Amino acid sequence: MIVLERRPAPSTAWQGLSPVLAVALTLVAGGLMFAALGNDPFAALRAIFWDPLFGEFAFFFRGQLLIKAAPLILIAVGLALGFRAGVWNIGAEGQYIVGALAGAAAGLAFYPADSRLILPMMIAAGAAGGIAWAMIPALLRVRFGTNEILVSLMLVYVAENLLASAAVGWLRNPDAVGFPGSRDLSRWGSSANPELIAGTGAHWGVAAALFAVVAAHVLLTRHITGFHIRLTGAAPRAAAFAGVNGGRLIVFCFAVSGGLAGMAGLFEVTGPAGQISIDFASGYGFTAIIVAFLGRLHPIGILLAGLLMALTYVGGDNAATSLGLPVAAISAFQGMLLFFLLAVDVLTHFRLRWRPRGVAA
Amino acid sequence: MTSKTILSTVLALGLAGSALADGHEPVKVGFVYVGPIGDGGWTYQHDQGRLAVEEEFGDAVETVYQELVPEGADAERVITQMALQGADLIFTTSFGYGPATNAVAARFPDVKFEHATGFMREHPNVSTYDARFYEGRAVTGHIAGNLTETNKIGYIASFPIPEVIQGINSSFLHAQKVNPDVEMVVTWVYTWFDPSKEADAARAMIDQGVDVILQHTDSTAPQSAAEEANANGGRVFTFGQASDMAEFKPTPRVASIIDEWSPYYIERVQAVIDGTWEQTAHWGGMPEGEVVIGEITDAVPAEVKAEAEDMVARITEGEYHPFTGPINRQDGTPWLAEGEVADDATLATMDFYVEGVTGQIPN
Amino acid sequence: MNGIDPALLIAALMVASTPILLAALGEMVVERAGVLNLGVEGMMIVGAVSGFIAAYGAGNAWAGFGAAILAGAALALIFGVLTQGLVSNQVATGLALTLFGLGLASLLGQGWVGLKGPGLGRMDLGPLADLPFLGRAVFRHDLVVYLSLGLVIVLNLFLFRSRAGLVLRSVGENAASAHALGYPVRAIRLAAIGFGGACAGLGGAYLSIVRVPQWSDGMTAGAGWIALAIVVFGAWRPGRVLVGAYLFGGISVLQLNLQAAGAELPIELLSASPYLVTILVLVLISRRRHRGGEAPADLGRPFHASA
Repeated sequence: MIVLERRPAPSTAWQGLSPVLAVALTLVAGGLMFAALGNDPFAALRAIFWDPLFGEFAFFFRGQLLIKAAPLILIAVGLALGFRAGVWNIGAEGQYIVGALAGAAAGLAFYPADSRLILPMMIAAGAAGGIAWAMIPALLRVRFGTNEILVSLMLVYVAENLLASAAVGWLRNPDAVGFPGSRDLSRWGSSANPELIAGTGAHWGVAAALFAVVAAHVLLTRHITGFHIRLTGAAPRAAAFAGVNGGRLIVFCFAVSGGLAGMAGLFEVTGPAGQISIDFASGYGFTAIIVAFLGRLHPIGILLAGLLMALTYVGGDNAATSLGLPVAAISAFQGMLLFFLLAVDVLTHFRLRWRPRGVAA
Repeated sequence: MTSKTILSTVLALGLAGSALADGHEPVKVGFVYVGPIGDGGWTYQHDQGRLAVEEEFGDAVETVYQELVPEGADAERVITQMALQGADLIFTTSFGYGPATNAVAARFPDVKFEHATGFMREHPNVSTYDARFYEGRAVTGHIAGNLTETNKIGYIASFPIPEVIQGINSSFLHAQKVNPDVEMVVTWVYTWFDPSKEADAARAMIDQGVDVILQHTDSTAPQSAAEEANANGGRVFTFGQASDMAEFKPTPRVASIIDEWSPYYIERVQAVIDGTWEQTAHWGGMPEGEVVIGEITDAVPAEVKAEAEDMVARITEGEYHPFTGPINRQDGTPWLAEGEVADDATLATMDFYVEGVTGQIPN
Repeated sequence: MNGIDPALLIAALMVASTPILLAALGEMVVERAGVLNLGVEGMMIVGAVSGFIAAYGAGNAWAGFGAAILAGAALALIFGVLTQGLVSNQVATGLALTLFGLGLASLLGQGWVGLKGPGLGRMDLGPLADLPFLGRAVFRHDLVVYLSLGLVIVLNLFLFRSRAGLVLRSVGENAASAHALGYPVRAIRLAAIGFGGACAGLGGAYLSIVRVPQWSDGMTAGAGWIALAIVVFGAWRPGRVLVGAYLFGGISVLQLNLQAAGAELPIELLSASPYLVTILVLVLISRRRHRGGEAPADLGRPFHASA
C-alpha cells in the first residue's frame, strides 16, 4: 500500500512545483466541468486564459487584469502574514468596506475643495478605517481569547449594513435627487484615483500592491518581526520560549491586513468603483484568501496568484458573454483550484512510499 | 481622464465600427442583467423583452446578454466588452449601472446606450427609460384597501429611492380612499432579490396581523409565505410584482403589476436600424402598454374588480392620474391642491411620504 | 408600536433556528472528534440546492432531504480525504470547501431559481395543537423541527452515555493516545466529518424546501458561519447548542417583527443585530473559558500516525 512518510524538511522543489501541478490539474478538471455543461472545453479555456492576454481585445483586458488583481494582491499580502503566524483574519471583506467608507467620508468632508492633499489623506483614512475594524477581533482575541475567525467574519455582515446605511443615508450624494450612492469620487479631481499611464489600468492601488509585495518580502526575510511570524507559525511553543509576544503579534498581523484591506477599499472606491453604493462590496476580501493560499503565503507567489485569479474573473466574464458560460462555473473553478493546491501540497511535506502489506504500520 | 478618453475614442473608431455602416451584419443588441433570468421577476421581464426583439426582427438582429452582473466596476467591464465585441445598442437594466453606462458611453460614441430607471444622461448616446409603476400601484392599492379585514396592509420595500416611494404613496392613497382606517406597514429589506429576506419579511408582517402584502422586490418568496399561512388557516393576499407570478393564482396572488418592456425595446431597436435613434428620457406607463395589470382573480369581489378595471381604463386613456390632489405630505403640509396633478419632476425625485403613512424613510 | 404575539414569535423562531441548529449539531460532533471544518456554509448551500432539486423533481420534500444529506456528506468527504488522508491544513481546506460549495451550488442551481417546491406540511399533533399558547407556539410545526430537537437528545446520549461517544471524544482530546490504544483515529474522524456534512446538508435543505421555500443563489447568507459560532457558544454540548441556535434565531425573528411593528430603530442596526449579539456572546463565553478549557484539546490539529 502507499503510505505517507514525513519529509525531514519541506521539499523546496515541490513548494514551487505544487502550484503548477495544481493549476494543471484544475485545467483538466475544469475542462471536464465545462464539457459537462455542454461547452467546448477548449473554447472555454481559450476564452478564459488566452483571449484576455493575447486575443483581439487584449489591449483592453490586460488593463482590466491589473484593476482586478490589485485589490486581491493588496489584501492577500496582508492576510498571508497572519496566516503564516496562525492568525486567521477572514473578515478582510469587512475591513475593505470600512476602509472605503472611512476614506470616502474623510474626503467628502472637504468636498468640493481642490487640493492635492485630499487623496493621500483619504488613503490614510482608508487604512485607518480598515485597521480600526480589524482591531475589534484582534483585541477581543488578545484580551479575552475570543475566536478571531468568527468575530472577524461576523463583522463582515455588520460592515455590509454599515455600507447600506452610508449609501442611502449619511454618505448619500445630496445632488442625486433621492437616489442612493455617494458622490462620484472618481470624477472629483481631488479624490480621483485615475489610471497613471493611460490604457494600462494601473492606478495608485496597483502601485501600492506592488509596493506591499516588496515590503512584505523584505519584512519576512530581513526583519525580526518577519522571523517571529514564521517562527510562531511553525512552532508556537518555541516562539513563546524565544520571547515572541503572541498578543502583540496578533495585533500586528491584524493591523497590517486590516490596513491593507482598508486601503484596497479606498483605491477601489476612488477609482474603478467610483462611488459608495449599496453593491460596493464585491467579494475581494474572500477571494483574497484563495489568492493568499494559492500564492503559498509568499509575497511573490501572491503577486502571481493574484494575476491568475484576476485572469479567471476577466476571462470568465469574457467566456460568459461570448460563449454563454455560466458565471457560477468560474467560482466553482476557483474553488477547485484551491482544493487541488491543498491536495498536492501533501507532496511538499510528505513522501509517497510504497510499502508491502503486512509490515507493521 | 482626458488621455483615457482619447485612447478610448481611438478604440471606438477602430473597433466598435457600427454594424450599420456596412449594412450587412445583423444589428447587435446587448443586455446587461443584474439578476438571474430565472428570478421570475425583474430580470425575467427584461429577458422577455429581449426575446420579443428577437421574435420581431428575426435574423436582422443578434442579441447577447449577461446575467448576474454586479453593479460597479464589474459592470463597466462587461458593458465595455459588449461594446468591443460589436454591440450597436446596449440596454443596462438596473439603476446601479448608471455611472458605468455613462463611462462606457463616453468611450464608444457610436454605440447607443439605454439605461433603465436611471437619471444620468451625460453623453448624447445615452438614453434613460423607466416605467410608471405607480400607476399599477394605484390599482393594487385600491384592491388591497378593499380586501383587508385587519386594516393592515404590508409593503415589502427594497431601497428608499423615488420609484419605491412613489409606489408606497400611490398604493397607500388608493387603499385609504376605499378604506379610511387602513394602516400601511413598510418593511425595508435593502435588496431587489433575496427570497430568504423577502420571505422572512412577509412572515413577520403576517405575524403582525397584515393580511394584504404588496411587494416591491422581485422574488416569489412572499407569495410562498402567504400561501403557507393560508394553508394553515390564514387569510392573506398578495400581488405579483414585475412578472405575473401566475403560479400563485387565484390566491394568495389576486392580481399583478407586470413590467412590459417589449414595446420600448422593439421601438428602440427599430430606431437604431433606421438610423433615427436619438437621446430620450422615456417614462412610459399604462398608455404605452408598459405597465400591465395581470388577471384579477375571482378572490376579488366582482364590484371591486370592476372598479379596478375601470381605473386601469381611465389611467390608460389619460383621464386619471394617481397623484391628483388634494394630497398632503406626511407632516400635514399641503402638496397638491384639489384637482392638481403631480408633475413628473417632483415624482421623479419623490423623497417624502404622503399624509397617513407612518414611519420614516430611512436616511 | 403594536404588541408582538409571543406565541407566534416562538413559533417563528423555532422554524428560523432549525437550519442553524442542524448544522451546528453536526459540526459539534466533528469538533468533538478533534476536527475543525470551516466548510459548513459550503455544505449547507450544496444541501440547499440539491435538496431543492430532488424535492422538486420527485415532488416530495423527503426525497429532497435525503438527497441533501447525501450531498452534504459527499462534500464533507472531500474535506475528509484532504485533511485526514493528505494531512492538509484544516482551516484552509474548510475555507476552500465553503468557496467551492458556493460556486458549485450556484452552478447546480442554474435554471432552478424561482420555482415552487413541493413544501412540507405541518405535523398533526391532534389535541396538543389546540392547547392555549403552547399549541400555537410549539405544537404546530413540521416533522423536521421535531427531528432536530430529537437529535439534540440522541447526541447527548451518544456523546456522554455511550462507549462509542467516549471513543469519539477521546479521539478529539488526544488523538495520539487514542491511536496508541488501537482506535482507528482517521476512520472515526472521517465518520464524524461525514455526519457533520449530512447535518449541514439537511439544514440547508430545510432552508430551500421549508423555510423560504425556493432556491436562490447564496441563500444560506452566512447561516453556516453562525452555526460555527453556535458550537463555540454551546461549549460543544448539544443542549447548549440548542439554546444558542434558538437565541440567534430568536433575535433574527424579533428584529423583523420589530420592524414590521413599526419600531423607530435604524434598519441597518436591526439587521446587523444578530451578528452583533453573536460577537457579544462569543466574548462573554471566551471570558468564562479563560478559567477552564472546554474545547476538545486536539481541535484542529492534524493527526498523522508516524510509523
